[in-house]
Amino acid sequence: MESILLLLGAGILEALQPVNLMMIILGCTIGLLVGAMPGLGSVNGVAILLPITFLVPPTAAIIFLAAIYYGAMYGGAISSITLGIPGASTAVATVFDGRPLAQSGQADKALIAAAVASFIGGTISVVLFTLFAPPLAAFALKFGPPEEFALMILAFATFIGLGGDDIPKTIFSILIGLVLATVGLDIISGQPRLIFGDISGFLHGVNFLVLAIGIYGIGEMLWTLETTKGKVAVHKVQISFRSLIANLKDIKSYIATSSLGSVLGYFVGTLPAAGATPASLMSYGLAKTFSKDPDSFGKGNVAGVAAPEAANNAASTGSMLPMITLGIPGSPTTAILLGGMIIWGLRPGPLLFTEHPDFVWGLIGSLYIANLATVLINIAFIPVFVRVLTLPFTILAPIIYILCVVGGYAPTQTMHDVWLMFVFGIVGYLMRKLNYPVAPAVLAIVLGPLAERSLRQSLLASQGDMLTFVERPISGVCILIAVLLVSYPLIKKYRNKPKANT
Amino acid sequence: MSIISTKLKKTLVPAVVAVTTTLGFSATAFAEWSPKKPIELIIMAGAGGGADQIARLLQGLIEKKDLSSRPFIPINKPGGSGAEALRYLQDKAGDDHTVLVTLNSFYTTPIIQKGIGVDVTKFTPIGRMALDNFLLWVHSDQTDITDLDSYVAKVKETGKSWTVGGTGSGQEDSILTAMMEKHFDYEVTYIPFPGGGTVAKNLVGKHIDSTVNNPAEQNEFYRAGNSKPLVQFTAERLPAYPDIPTAKELGHDIEYYMQRSINGPPGMSAEAQQWYIDLFAELYASEEWQTFCVEDGLACDEWMAGDDLGAFHDVQIAKHKELIESVGASAITGE
Repeated sequence: MESILLLLGAGILEALQPVNLMMIILGCTIGLLVGAMPGLGSVNGVAILLPITFLVPPTAAIIFLAAIYYGAMYGGAISSITLGIPGASTAVATVFDGRPLAQSGQADKALIAAAVASFIGGTISVVLFTLFAPPLAAFALKFGPPEEFALMILAFATFIGLGGDDIPKTIFSILIGLVLATVGLDIISGQPRLIFGDISGFLHGVNFLVLAIGIYGIGEMLWTLETTKGKVAVHKVQISFRSLIANLKDIKSYIATSSLGSVLGYFVGTLPAAGATPASLMSYGLAKTFSKDPDSFGKGNVAGVAAPEAANNAASTGSMLPMITLGIPGSPTTAILLGGMIIWGLRPGPLLFTEHPDFVWGLIGSLYIANLATVLINIAFIPVFVRVLTLPFTILAPIIYILCVVGGYAPTQTMHDVWLMFVFGIVGYLMRKLNYPVAPAVLAIVLGPLAERSLRQSLLASQGDMLTFVERPISGVCILIAVLLVSYPLIKKYRNKPKANT
Repeated sequence: MSIISTKLKKTLVPAVVAVTTTLGFSATAFAEWSPKKPIELIIMAGAGGGADQIARLLQGLIEKKDLSSRPFIPINKPGGSGAEALRYLQDKAGDDHTVLVTLNSFYTTPIIQKGIGVDVTKFTPIGRMALDNFLLWVHSDQTDITDLDSYVAKVKETGKSWTVGGTGSGQEDSILTAMMEKHFDYEVTYIPFPGGGTVAKNLVGKHIDSTVNNPAEQNEFYRAGNSKPLVQFTAERLPAYPDIPTAKELGHDIEYYMQRSINGPPGMSAEAQQWYIDLFAELYASEEWQTFCVEDGLACDEWMAGDDLGAFHDVQIAKHKELIESVGASAITGE
């Protein structure tokens, strides 16, 4: 324990060296801006800036990349809140409540909640990383296909409450998402599925961001145009030091949710199969399920912004664990970090912790500093971001439209996805008009491929025996919790009813 | 006239290149073509696997040595045993800013999955970076398995519930698995994962019973004492594994390699092809690459580029067609 603290202390001191500190501040700022651009995520930021890291020593380089990674996680929330377009797939859940808050003139409140929750997520996860990295890495190894499938079931269970009261419509929405998730090449046999004849754009499947940007960006804009006939009231946003303090005091209302989301996010992030997007969605679902006021979610509840933001930051730290100990990146960005490590002659694997402690602890130390730096930079920028909302709708709408097109094009760089995004935009608008919840479809398309793969792998291994999911201890427990989560709203309803009668 | 001029060009260009290289200039500085935008480095397998590690190392070396004015961006397209990546390249015909890092599924996937509409013989061959090797791995805790014979006995005793992890039906590990099934007359259950790294994790976590991973994918776990090699499917013992016998030594004629090469989409311009060949030739000869080859059990003693690589591909495709016919496509896809 003492040795850990010594190593960590040395790591933090290392991160505070002038060069490294400069790299952190630069990295966080770049990450923040890259993350805020729809379609550009930390992946692009890290990939494009990898060359710069060869000009500085490896420790400064990895610190720089980690800072971009961290900054982008914070930045994703910014366009989710101010423009209603998810800046990155990890920030989709942030739109659910962030957008309504911004529309009601409370963008500053939502942005600060996102920043503070991200800080909580970053801090809790990096502390967990410091204390429990080796045992957690060992635990992550216990997750085989059946456990992954059980975790996905658990994730679906957390969303039960998401669709509101209309259960058939929620189920329909989930099913649409699952069908879209099966488009593309079959995971096991490699045969193309649902490619509508031979449209090659469908071979890579339906990109989740294309769906999310279409529904939330284009669909929302159409909806706003129709409901307001173009006469959108310009939001008055006043931001002063006093309102900042008042918003910071708001922390009481979401600190519990954020802490829970952080632990969950960190854990889900350490599993190579999952990553930050499912983590943030699960955290949102849980926050809503256990909220005293679940109906306010989706209409502008600060906890609905804080929960996914805490989880996605925690998960991004968590995904460093499989990268370091197993050599398996938990996210596309860590995959690029991994490339950097290989160049510097550091071979990730179970021995990295013991053979290169200075590097590993330098990295962890820099996470502490980067986390603190990003929250400060982010809060300093909030007044600038909020100004976006004061633009007249006639200027804002084209900007949103262009950002949607860029965001739809960027991940795969095919026009096919841009057209698909427009189709989803119209479908999203119609669904909204017909009062179908869209969030469940978005979740299903994220989790569908993960669930399908692990289900089929498990059944192959068990020769088709479904009992494998309940017989194995970890997956059994996950399934049990999932059943409890599904029945929880029903129990709550049942217990509340007699009260309502009295 | 035009025929003469192209002929002249064909003889002149290599000569010019040779002269500039001997003069100590970078050949690329004089090449007509240079990238105008970031280059997509497509990996036809998942993150953490052998192809992925190689692509990331190459990308890093290109940056480090400043060989390209535009960055190489590695993109994983692992779907359908590489079918996603192959189709992506096919659809990028004529594009000069996309290159593919291959595995043997470059040959096998179009043979097995006829529906994807890809003809790899039309792709633009650039350079062969290495030949990769295969070993048979089990978890170190499987103490009753000490060599190939005890492995075969154990698999026969367990029957079909013996699980072998791999990177997808039609990928080289599934072919090697099918070859072993046929040779030793047993049947196993093959489970596909999205990359060699995930396979390694599942072996170490005891979710699968064995794998035929590449050395690069399994070596760190071997060093950590989590998994052990039983046999190598090479002609001679690899320097990295001096104590592990080859299948041939044990009297079993199973030998299998995987090429790791760089290829462009169909119809890449000749100037761009030459630029890539020069770039990867320089990487191939670099100390870093050669060190990596030795450490990771890859064979890197013969550089092969352009048309030579195309001819090599043709031979390999014919070989794989034969192989797949002999073991049966259904044995590989598990249908």
